[in-house]
Amino acid sequence: MTARRAGPLTRIALAVALLLTAAPVYWMVVVASRTSAEAADVPPPLLPGGHFAENVRRLFANPDAHFARGLLNSVLVSGCVALGTVLLGSLAGFAFAKLRFRGRDALLLTVLATMMVPVQTGVVPLYLIMLRLHWQDGLQAVTVPFLVTGFGVFLMRQAARDVPDALIEAARVDGCTTLGVYRHVVLPVLRPAAGVLGLLTFAQTWNDFLWPLVVLSPDDPTVQLSLNNLATAYYNDYALMFAGASVAVLPPLALFAVLGPRIVRAVLSGAVKG
Amino acid sequence: MRRSTPYLLVAPFFLLFLAFGAFPLLFTLWMALHDWELGSGTRRWVGLGNFRYLATDADFWHAVVNTAGIFALSTVPQLLAALVLADLLDRRLRGAAALRVALAAPLVTATAAVALVFTQLFDSDHGLVNGLLGLVGVPPVDWQGGRLASWTALAAMVDWRWTGNNALIYLAALQAVPRELYEAAALDGASPARRFWTITVPLLRPTIVFTAVVSTVGGLQLFTEPTLFGAAGAHRMDGGAQHQFQTVTMYLFESAFGQDRYGYGAAVAWALFLLIVTFALLNALVLRRRTGGAR
Repeated sequence: MTARRAGPLTRIALAVALLLTAAPVYWMVVVASRTSAEAADVPPPLLPGGHFAENVRRLFANPDAHFARGLLNSVLVSGCVALGTVLLGSLAGFAFAKLRFRGRDALLLTVLATMMVPVQTGVVPLYLIMLRLHWQDGLQAVTVPFLVTGFGVFLMRQAARDVPDALIEAARVDGCTTLGVYRHVVLPVLRPAAGVLGLLTFAQTWNDFLWPLVVLSPDDPTVQLSLNNLATAYYNDYALMFAGASVAVLPPLALFAVLGPRIVRAVLSGAVKG
Repeated sequence: MRRSTPYLLVAPFFLLFLAFGAFPLLFTLWMALHDWELGSGTRRWVGLGNFRYLATDADFWHAVVNTAGIFALSTVPQLLAALVLADLLDRRLRGAAALRVALAAPLVTATAAVALVFTQLFDSDHGLVNGLLGLVGVPPVDWQGGRLASWTALAAMVDWRWTGNNALIYLAALQAVPRELYEAAALDGASPARRFWTITVPLLRPTIVFTAVVSTVGGLQLFTEPTLFGAAGAHRMDGGAQHQFQTVTMYLFESAFGQDRYGYGAAVAWALFLLIVTFALLNALVLRRRTGGAR
């Protein structure tokens, strides 16, 4: 099997795709490091300027954005949701892949079915539930309901199937409990897939917008709501907004820079869909 | 192993899903059968009243057309571009791994941040897009004001996020295609374009259907991009002065959380759910036909 060689046309087309992908992010950095007036210059500035630190200072000092608070909240919420999803997803995934119990296949099908439910359908009563629990305006409202997903369970179950049964048998003979098997035999095998799941969940939670907008208050926001605060009140101050956008995209992108190659390999091997 | 252990391990997922997934879904239906206001505490049974109102609610249908329009404008070019991109990526190339990672990165880039950037790029007076169009002699476009123009700007945001990701999903499927098929077709004198349509597309059919369904579920719930696109307006959930880019989810949000018509908002939510299911099935059926056997 020999792969086709990439000709000059292919290279040009791929370069264009890369350029289109990078351009908006590059433009964000250019504007974030200049003054707002420069963003509208003709011809437009093409290189980053020297105002980034000043814009970031204005960002954190802005009374309406609550940016520092938003950043901290997002780190807490996304971290908890990612950890919860990996932990609860891997426990359930292990059970579905390696333990025999009555109703297993039907339950697994249910897990798959939940992945197809559009989340927004339940958003109105979910808000009433939060009111009833007195969770509105609190971080638990954007954390607890999302601590594990069908996608997480399924992904972990696919990965746990790679654990050799003989290894599990041997651990049991040595006196391991089921949780012991999970910790000492299954978890090490799951680690790469768990990293992928953790990052994807972190990024998804970090980037979530609709539900935080419904249930949180603008002065105790997530970082996306901080951006929203800026966009409503300071929509002409592009340097300020873009500085906010630059900071807001950084944590998931930085994680992606580290784990990205592994994720792409997982997608290409068919382990992750969508 | 104790008999209860497996059930304990899978229980957290099912408990969370029951409480925050399944129950709200069903409760939405119950709410939709009521006049339900939080401010006044009203909770009056109206039967199918909300749905009857919905059927003739011009604002709702306007939002449906907007949502479907943005969806079509974004998804068709997106999936086509992703197919071509996957075909291009399926070749020997130095730096291919890094390129793939870069093309997948938009997926983890905050939607709200990207929406802010694109909103500025599509600014009618100072935006780069109009600036570039001006260079080739195209007069400035009012990206916010026009219906089709605003849909196009929103479609660009959606496509920026998803095209690379879908290309990778196609690439995964493509790598399972036997190389000999391409070699044989090339020997028979088939042009690259012909090989693309007669080999790549039919073999990727299940994957194409999968991505189309996923795009449908996501695309019809479009919210973040149009909300930030209209953030400068007085009533941002309107999606422009003439509601030209108000999506169904924005209308849902406005009905329930903006106007305290929770019962009606619930009815809109169920209508959206049905819309998604219908569209997803339709797309799957049409694509199954269209991408069928070799031509």
